[in-house]
Amino acid sequence: MTREIKLTTALTDEDVSSLRTGDKVLLSGKVYTARDAAHKRLFTELEQGLNPPFSMQGAVIYYVGPTPAPPGRVIGSAGPTTSSRMDVYTPRLHSLGVKATIGKGRRGEEVKKSLMEHKAVYFGATGGAGALLSRCITGSRVLAYEDLGPEAVRELEIRDFPLLVVNDSYGGELYVRVDS
Amino acid sequence: MRSIDAREIAFQVSRMVVEANVSLPPDVLRALEAAFESEDHSAGREILAQLLENARLAGETGLPLCQDTGLAVFFIEMGCECRIEGDLYKAINDGVRLGYKKGYLRSSVCHPLTRRNTGDNTPAVVHMDLVPGDRMIIRFMPKGGGSENMSGAAMLTPAQGWEGIKRFVLQRIAQAGPNPCPPGVVGVGIGGSFDQAPILAKKALFRPLDRDHDDPEVASLEKELLQAVNALGIGPMGMGGRTTALGVKMEMAPCHIASLPVAVNIQCHSSRHKEVIL
Repeated sequence: MTREIKLTTALTDEDVSSLRTGDKVLLSGKVYTARDAAHKRLFTELEQGLNPPFSMQGAVIYYVGPTPAPPGRVIGSAGPTTSSRMDVYTPRLHSLGVKATIGKGRRGEEVKKSLMEHKAVYFGATGGAGALLSRCITGSRVLAYEDLGPEAVRELEIRDFPLLVVNDSYGGELYVRVDS
Repeated sequence: MRSIDAREIAFQVSRMVVEANVSLPPDVLRALEAAFESEDHSAGREILAQLLENARLAGETGLPLCQDTGLAVFFIEMGCECRIEGDLYKAINDGVRLGYKKGYLRSSVCHPLTRRNTGDNTPAVVHMDLVPGDRMIIRFMPKGGGSENMSGAAMLTPAQGWEGIKRFVLQRIAQAGPNPCPPGVVGVGIGGSFDQAPILAKKALFRPLDRDHDDPEVASLEKELLQAVNALGIGPMGMGGRTTALGVKMEMAPCHIASLPVAVNIQCHSSRHKEVIL
């Protein structure tokens, strides 16, 4: 039986512990966008000892590069991108306090281990439903790396953003396994 | 000789890139509706309902169907009796630049090494065929990165034959799993040379889902492959279900007696494309 759970960011260890693979979550609060180029720059800056553009404690990162906001809207189309490209960065971010990532597609073994080790969760949003998901975003502002254009780090205000728990903090996996 | 003004080409391109990104072709919409009707897996059914709602909302709001408004890929059929007044490639890129800006579409093109965004979604990828006649057909596809990344090509041996091709395609789809946003369209290019097979695979993605291949034997192989793909059970967004692909489309070309090139180009469920005839 699918459960529907309402959560608000920042997420706590208790929030994460309560989630199981397959749960439906309606997430509200602030999330931070970052995809390939933003992750790369963030890591360069971390190595230089600089502070990240947002607090990592309990943070939720959304892998998205939205389309520009047309007049009268806060954001354009804004669905998830493929998460696996960010796998190399995710365990370190978990260790710094990030409690959840939002994307689409499978995560690697290192990330799944890290979710258990750091008590974090991986949410899936529906890929290719950018117009639909845009409705759940009520605010957007660029926080850092504006020169990266669609890959800039944004702070998004979301309300009842529909997600599925793909990988929980207990080793669960939602995607169908297919032998190739 | 018929003359076509390059400015008219730029104008048509600027319109078609926006339209293609906002509304799904009718055959794709029908295929998603049919998939929803036949899906008995609850998670897969819910995903398909979301995709139909997304298409409705995009039409209503004018927002792009997907935030990945793609690399701008064109296949142009140019009649030999056409003469372009001006620079054709410049006209196409001008149209892309204007359309992506006016339509609030995302710039998704960057330098391969520095990763610096070009800022206007140019340059476009343009494939050109010269054909008899005096018409010019422009076909456009905004190609998403997630599905493109799951595509692949192989040089098989003649001994591997159709069974080898089938195995290769199924392996690609199985490995791709949820990543390319299923249920999409699988384009398969068979034969030709190392470079030609992937172009055939991409070209195949333009054929309407409800139109069979002209060669009934190829059409029957497409059906066989589609059945095998759907039997994998990956389902909508990899959550399980009946529909892993909306269609399999193949294009073939003769190849060297030593070779069997095969390429699979995966397209996501947002199988957007548009055609203009000048």
